[in-house]
Amino acid sequence: MTRPLGKDLIGLESLTSEQILLMLDTAEPFKEVSERSIKKVPALRGKTIVNLFFEPSTRTRISFEFAEKRLSADTVNVASTGSSVSKGETLVDTARNLEAMRIDMVVVRHSMSGAAQFLAERIRSNVVNAGDGKHEHPTQALLDLLTLRDRFGRLEGLKVAICGDVLHSRVARSNIWGLLKLGAQVGVCGPPTLLPRGIETLGVTVLPRIEDAIEWADALNVLRLQLERMQSGFVPSLREYNRVFGVTSERLDRAPRDLVILHPGPMNRGVEIDSDVADGPHSVILPQVTNGVAVRMAVLYLLAGGAPDWAAPPAGEDSR
Amino acid sequence: MRPFLLKGGRVIDPSRRSDGVADVYVVEGKIESIGHNIEVAADVDTIDVAGRVVAPGLIDVHVHLREPGQEDQETIATGAMSAVAGGFTAICSMPNTDPVTDNQAAVGFVIRQSIRAAKARVHPIGAVSLGQRGEQLAEFGEMVGAGAVAVSDDGHPVSSSHLMRTALEYAKVFGIPVADHCEDMALAEGGSMHEGIISTRMGLQGIPSAAEEIMVARDIILAELTGGHVHLCHMSTRGSVDLIRRAKDKGLRVTAEAAPHHFSLTHERVLGYDTNAKMNPPLREEEDREAIRQGLKDGTIDVIATDHAPHHYDAKEREFDEAPNGIIGLETALGLGLRELVEPGLLSLTELLDRMSTQPARVFKLPGGTLAVGAPADIVVFDPMRRWTVDPRMGFSRSRNTPFAGEELPGVVEWTFVDGRRVYGGE
Repeated sequence: MTRPLGKDLIGLESLTSEQILLMLDTAEPFKEVSERSIKKVPALRGKTIVNLFFEPSTRTRISFEFAEKRLSADTVNVASTGSSVSKGETLVDTARNLEAMRIDMVVVRHSMSGAAQFLAERIRSNVVNAGDGKHEHPTQALLDLLTLRDRFGRLEGLKVAICGDVLHSRVARSNIWGLLKLGAQVGVCGPPTLLPRGIETLGVTVLPRIEDAIEWADALNVLRLQLERMQSGFVPSLREYNRVFGVTSERLDRAPRDLVILHPGPMNRGVEIDSDVADGPHSVILPQVTNGVAVRMAVLYLLAGGAPDWAAPPAGEDSR
Repeated sequence: MRPFLLKGGRVIDPSRRSDGVADVYVVEGKIESIGHNIEVAADVDTIDVAGRVVAPGLIDVHVHLREPGQEDQETIATGAMSAVAGGFTAICSMPNTDPVTDNQAAVGFVIRQSIRAAKARVHPIGAVSLGQRGEQLAEFGEMVGAGAVAVSDDGHPVSSSHLMRTALEYAKVFGIPVADHCEDMALAEGGSMHEGIISTRMGLQGIPSAAEEIMVARDIILAELTGGHVHLCHMSTRGSVDLIRRAKDKGLRVTAEAAPHHFSLTHERVLGYDTNAKMNPPLREEEDREAIRQGLKDGTIDVIATDHAPHHYDAKEREFDEAPNGIIGLETALGLGLRELVEPGLLSLTELLDRMSTQPARVFKLPGGTLAVGAPADIVVFDPMRRWTVDPRMGFSRSRNTPFAGEELPGVVEWTFVDGRRVYGGE
């Protein structure tokens, strides 16, 4: 069976626009599965998937787990605490031992950039990157793209401003690649201390002030400001961050058009985003979460060798 | 020791600016004579080296030998063997061993082990500060008495400007350089590659060029203040080259080295998260690589030094941020110099050998670096035309961490002699 995505999903940087669109289009019919009373299709029946989370995660891990279960896969969750990792076992040994139990896929979350690729190069199972350090978080970007497409009916020509701590954000990197490849315009906005060197050479517009981003954009993707950034001296205080860079309803009221607001979560209410914005009429933060399950179902299905038409015979007949 | 004759090679001696076909006659471990068709007695071994280059043995002023403390990665014996296989007849060992080489007994240990190994000469470099902690000066005098040729806290910069100043002043008594690893730790902290567009794409924390250049500038200013000799280790940025060029124009006692990987590779090599492309200072940009090459050409950078840094396979086989810095370099240095500097026409063969032999001897006041009559017979014989493929499993180092595995390099070392003893090469 063909593998339209290759063996693994590590990031969006290396993918073509066709591959990204395939994942989004494959997610569309999967949305409906989660709306049924019996939320299950047999697409990955008999497949074993390990969720290997070396970093705390609620939303992403549960979203993957739902996606796996609704595709009828068998799943195991491994967290770094309470496993052999906490006894000093290396990443590759952990994965090889899991593989020796005959698994089909690994979904990996790790605090270090490159960890997913490192793993993918060393095991035969499909590897899905659920976030590696500051590198990429492809399924998050895919669900952001899907949510934007739902709202606007298109991505081409759309102006999306990514606001906040771009320097430390894997969500920002994956979104930049995905949006640019699908023809959107991308702005980045944040304190210069939190914008990486040379970001403009990727083809994005640097918007110095949050007011500029609000003036320019059709949608804002507001990044979480990690609280430890204060201690490392990137920003003086959360209070000042909110006053200078916070997405507030006062600022949005002056926008020339209604802005769609995305946030990958978890939110710091009152820091990067105010509650009345997060809970307001233009927020798509919860639809993002809903779409997350559909996008992850699509990714797992395609990696397992599924054909884009999800009604086609399930991948119970082996895909390797 | 039997005398021998190297017959009919292309003899290149940068110290005398000579290059031509000649015989080299070695008696009692010293160069007896160099000339055409030297007549020798019938029982003198004659080695036909026609078509090969005969040159002063290479000298590497920056090597990590890991003994004592991390003998699983390298020992003085394996490092010295790797050196002669790469054409080096002398290497300077950095003091960041465990325990740190910061006293005369530790210096003496390195020398004793190197004598037992009987391969390349090993000249120990003592620590600047006790335990390389950057606080209290080590006993330079006693270490020099035991055989140390320089002092350095390499691996760690001398962060305190006061300590660096006193080290430069005190080292003057013994006529030794203070070799500094230039890195502003606050700027570099947490970084694992060069800060630039590649680090942005890969989501790795970068080390800005400024982290090196700030300390280069400081060291130059302190060299001017003290009149001491500062030797700047493994220069990697175009800004550093500019600063050194200006310091030399002012006549300051500043010397500098560059590593083969910094004139061969750029930060693009890190794409794919290959931990064998992780080193400190990191691989920089194309403009930096070009500046290092030009610096080597015009003498701003005095010497090529490998920063040979063995690491265990397991240590490198892991997440990029967790992997240690450094690569092995003794057996690939000559080939990289030939491929990257001589073959493109940037340096003549004589200039390359100057930067790898004569200049290191001059900067660190070491024996060797010349084929002058009466000099110790530290000689390398290599075939500059033959090419070989780097296979780290076939190397003599205990470690295999090189980004050049599988690459083809020119220049096969055929014989290496130290004090007239054949330490590498066949009958």
